[in-house]
Amino acid sequence: MKAAAFDYIRPDTLEAVLEALDRAGDEGRIIAGGQTLVPMMAMRLVKAELLIDINHIQTLTGIDTSAESLSIRACTRQAEAAASKEIINNLPLLAKALEHVGHTQTRNRGTVGGSVANADPSAEIPIVARCLDAKITALKKGSERQICAGNFFYSAMDTALEDTECLTEIRFPIWNEEVVGSGFHEVSIRNSDYALVAVAAQLATDSGGICTRAAVAVGGCAPAAVKIDAVGKALVGRPLSDTDFDEACGLVVEALDPDTDVHATAEYRQRVAGRIVRRVLEEARAEVYEARNE
Amino acid sequence: MSEQYLKKINVTVNGVSQVAQIPPRMTLLDFLRDELDLTGSHAGCEHGVCGACSVIHDGAPVRSCLMYAVQADGCEVTTVEGLSHADGTLSILQDCFCETHAMQCGYCTPGMLIAGHSLLQENSSPSEMQIVEAIGGNICRCTGYRQIIEAIALAASRLKEAS
Repeated sequence: MKAAAFDYIRPDTLEAVLEALDRAGDEGRIIAGGQTLVPMMAMRLVKAELLIDINHIQTLTGIDTSAESLSIRACTRQAEAAASKEIINNLPLLAKALEHVGHTQTRNRGTVGGSVANADPSAEIPIVARCLDAKITALKKGSERQICAGNFFYSAMDTALEDTECLTEIRFPIWNEEVVGSGFHEVSIRNSDYALVAVAAQLATDSGGICTRAAVAVGGCAPAAVKIDAVGKALVGRPLSDTDFDEACGLVVEALDPDTDVHATAEYRQRVAGRIVRRVLEEARAEVYEARNE
Repeated sequence: MSEQYLKKINVTVNGVSQVAQIPPRMTLLDFLRDELDLTGSHAGCEHGVCGACSVIHDGAPVRSCLMYAVQADGCEVTTVEGLSHADGTLSILQDCFCETHAMQCGYCTPGMLIAGHSLLQENSSPSEMQIVEAIGGNICRCTGYRQIIEAIALAASRLKEAS
């Protein structure tokens, strides 16, 4: 369980990182927190000739909030994000998801960008990114592009990122409706381990309690997190009654086609997904009621 | 060393500056154990699951098997050896582990001590749930965790009396 030999550099600027990536082509790889990459290299599931360490690039850490969105720079530690008042106040759904990310020792080192770039099918941050249609910024030498979360995640460790691109930022839209509620829940073998099934949901209503926007995304039931668009369509214009939720859960279960693995059968995952969707929708609805009564 | 790439690093370990030439693929754990003979940090799973290799890196507990030693260049690391006093007497937390029989085979103990120590640095009166959460990333196959939780709670109350 030792990684194969590789060379290592620690550039001081983002420009130097992009230059090194450009030169290394498919033999280079970014290392940030290393909480996914280091074990993958130890098990020789990933090989690199050159690791480019971005931990010391000041411009890659921090959280910025505007009226419309909250941006997290790639190298921001998961522990820092989980403790961020900005995230708790402006993006409660992400704050709830971050409570489930890793253990103390891995959160202190693991980064938000790494969680997205390595794209584990049940990792929490990608599920929220899918739910809210986050935009991911990728830079390479001489160019920059924004990738919608819906087009970013393919499967575990497989994303739209090119070999020479560096993920620099994830921008989560902030919903500005008068009343917004959210919910996040997951089922895992050991608390804070990767989830068997995880669900994120966010609801907005008008002042009369009629749903104006709804988003649900599920992790652990496909090679990447999936957003269930049918749920949004089914709930909008409805009063968010139990019957509406029953219908929404049915649509989720119908849309999922999980695989069986050593941890859980496909049937189990599907059944649990239906239950968790129900639970997070109720959690989001309770927040909506609370906000309306204030 | 037949390694093709060698890097020079300078890491402060338990207060002592250590300069070494190491291959980038060497984990911080292997550097501590094999190069510095600090065998208190244990190699359990070596892929970030068991927590036996936990050390404090620039003030925060991390898994030393999930960092390359080269990444620790310029950083401060505290291992379980650094938790006891300079004269070798045990810390309050370490004493409490002995008193409550918080170890059996001892394999997880260094990681549990680092986790408990880090928690008590941040939170002088943790609830039982907070203790459970703090050691949640550390696996023990002997004790059933009960005595470890007791040890950390006992240390919290002793530390408060002492301050």
